[in-house]
Amino acid sequence: MASSSRRREMTTAVIDAAVQPAALVHPAVAAALARHEALAKRLPGHRHGWIREMREDAAAAFARAGFPTRRNEEWHYTDPRALVDTRFGEPIVAADGAVTLPGGMPDAGAPKLMFVDGRFRPDLSELAALPDGVRVESLAALLEAGDEALSLRLGSLADRSSFVALNAMLAEDGVVITCTAAPDAGARVHLVSIATASGDRPLAFHQRHVVSVAEGASLALFESAHAAGATPYFNNTVAEITLGARARMTHVRLQAEALGAFQVSTVFAHLAAGAEYDSFVLAAGARLARNEVHARLEGTGAIVHLNGAQLGDGVRHVDTTTVITHAAPACASRQTFKSVLSGRSRAVFQGKIHVHQVAQKTDGYQMNQALLLSPESEIDAKPQLEIYADDVKCSHGATVGELDANQLFYLRSRGIPAPEARAMLIEAFLADALEAVRDERLRAALADATALWWARAHAEAGA
Amino acid sequence: MATSEAMLAIEGLAATVDEKPVLKGIDLSVPAGEVHAIMGPNGSGKSTLGYVLSGREGYDVTGGSVSFRGQDLLAMEPEDRAAAGLFLAFQYPVELPGVGNANFLRQALNAVRRKRGEAELDAMQFLKLVRAKMKVLGMSEEMLKRFVNVGFSGGEKKRNEILQMAVLEPAFCVLDETDSGLDIDALKIVADGVNALRGPERGMLVITHYQRLLAYIVPDRVHVLLGGRIVRSGGPELALELEEKGYGELQQAA
Repeated sequence: MASSSRRREMTTAVIDAAVQPAALVHPAVAAALARHEALAKRLPGHRHGWIREMREDAAAAFARAGFPTRRNEEWHYTDPRALVDTRFGEPIVAADGAVTLPGGMPDAGAPKLMFVDGRFRPDLSELAALPDGVRVESLAALLEAGDEALSLRLGSLADRSSFVALNAMLAEDGVVITCTAAPDAGARVHLVSIATASGDRPLAFHQRHVVSVAEGASLALFESAHAAGATPYFNNTVAEITLGARARMTHVRLQAEALGAFQVSTVFAHLAAGAEYDSFVLAAGARLARNEVHARLEGTGAIVHLNGAQLGDGVRHVDTTTVITHAAPACASRQTFKSVLSGRSRAVFQGKIHVHQVAQKTDGYQMNQALLLSPESEIDAKPQLEIYADDVKCSHGATVGELDANQLFYLRSRGIPAPEARAMLIEAFLADALEAVRDERLRAALADATALWWARAHAEAGA
Repeated sequence: MATSEAMLAIEGLAATVDEKPVLKGIDLSVPAGEVHAIMGPNGSGKSTLGYVLSGREGYDVTGGSVSFRGQDLLAMEPEDRAAAGLFLAFQYPVELPGVGNANFLRQALNAVRRKRGEAELDAMQFLKLVRAKMKVLGMSEEMLKRFVNVGFSGGEKKRNEILQMAVLEPAFCVLDETDSGLDIDALKIVADGVNALRGPERGMLVITHYQRLLAYIVPDRVHVLLGGRIVRSGGPELALELEEKGYGELQQAA
């Protein structure tokens, strides 16, 4: 079996890592590995050899990679030190009991799948309301059952990147969604992550989601992340998405984590021929937020749309990093990301488009626009095109600036005082960003979150 | 010559753009109830005059004065000029992605009403008012839902300018090349909209390159702007004469 040889390689790596002198291991890395050791027996599916090996592979990969620093090219503009220096513990209390739900949770008009501190809560979820053709299972339950089919779907568990490996070695739960619903069924699901964020111990949780949309099927997945309290925590979520031929998926995410939280999200999307993945992320919360999307276009004519908005205020840091790999001919990728930054907030946009030699007739487009509302706010933008095919159309652009003087004058010439005119244009920039979300209900949910951010940023500007 | 009863009285107005003199001493007065046309070739300073009157940044007044309804216009912020009753219909209306047209119109109207000490209109009152105005201009209500000027055709943009004018009911309108980019049907609709606003209490300054528009909005006076100065003034027949002979003769004389 091909996978067994891979496992052997990884086992060797574990030994390599173990012989490294202990002094070279960063205390934060050592602490995370110790948590893995301590928790391993309690993690779901531990009694199955292949699951244990998978986690050990991940631990070895994490030990090798460590936490990133700004010396890592991918993390040059985002310093994760504050996250690395916080000592988190994984939740140890039982995954049941009453939960105080945070206020202002959006109604997406879709059955909710509830996660609390990284654990699936069927008792709080609306499983009975799931649409036909959408199967939802708990990752923990599948691991516990030792479902071998899962080993194929957890493809990148032992990925070399730090936070994915950290997730793989510590992930306790997640949701496994399999969709076979036809496009006209309009299947939609709302995945909710709640951080209790209470008590005095910062928690870390590592949700691992697996989503498959079968050939010709269609799914709308709305994800929102909220907190019920204000204790710092770390939400390190990984999602692996597979779209079959001509499958479609709309993936709209609202990141409304607590303002003191740390959040790293990594999404891997694999698209077969003619598949379409349409993603939007609104980053409105967290002290440090990193949203990574890796999309691979693996079949002819696949289409990916990655859009989003990042809202900064105070000293918050928001990072969007995308890697789009065109590995098949005649695929299209479209990205538009907008950032609005007030106070001393910072945003990062790194967008890489990688076009393989076989990917002729690639159509790639990337746009990054930022509105800086204060002299102390900052954006770092790094577009990267790596093209090995000769018949492609790829472009990228970036605009960074203040409000448009023409637009401001136009509003003022109609009697609207300058402060109001500015507010209108900022709200308009946000509204325009949300235009990429075609579903009106989801757009309205995101608009509410931007309004909350604007109230904060506005108060900050007035202070 | 400026007279005390003029609604808009411009005296010796000089202005620079990027430190380059564009207006070189303009004298012009428009009494209430009159429509004056400013005609001139490209680069004569027509649009600059419109922008200087409305207070756009980057247009520096270096001399002269402008009195509007007895107030020093040049000392006012753009929004205060609007509240005082001045309106500029833009040659190139600005697109505002993300700003809904209805919201824009209502915010503008209520801002002006607030400054005038009048009660603001609620959403229903506003809708009733704007629907009536749109009907006159042959505009579909669907345009209220769209973002301001985004994806509008040239004619729709100009109609939208006139709609703003009709909603705000300014005392004085400056129309900057309102005819440019319009086909003859759109031109008639826009001109009808403007003519509907003519009245004894309202003054207008119609800036245009061509006589075409003036066949529909017949002015009381026509002024020719050339090289930053008004070189000739006359009645509506002057527009026809210019149409026939062009600006060449005047340019040679100037």
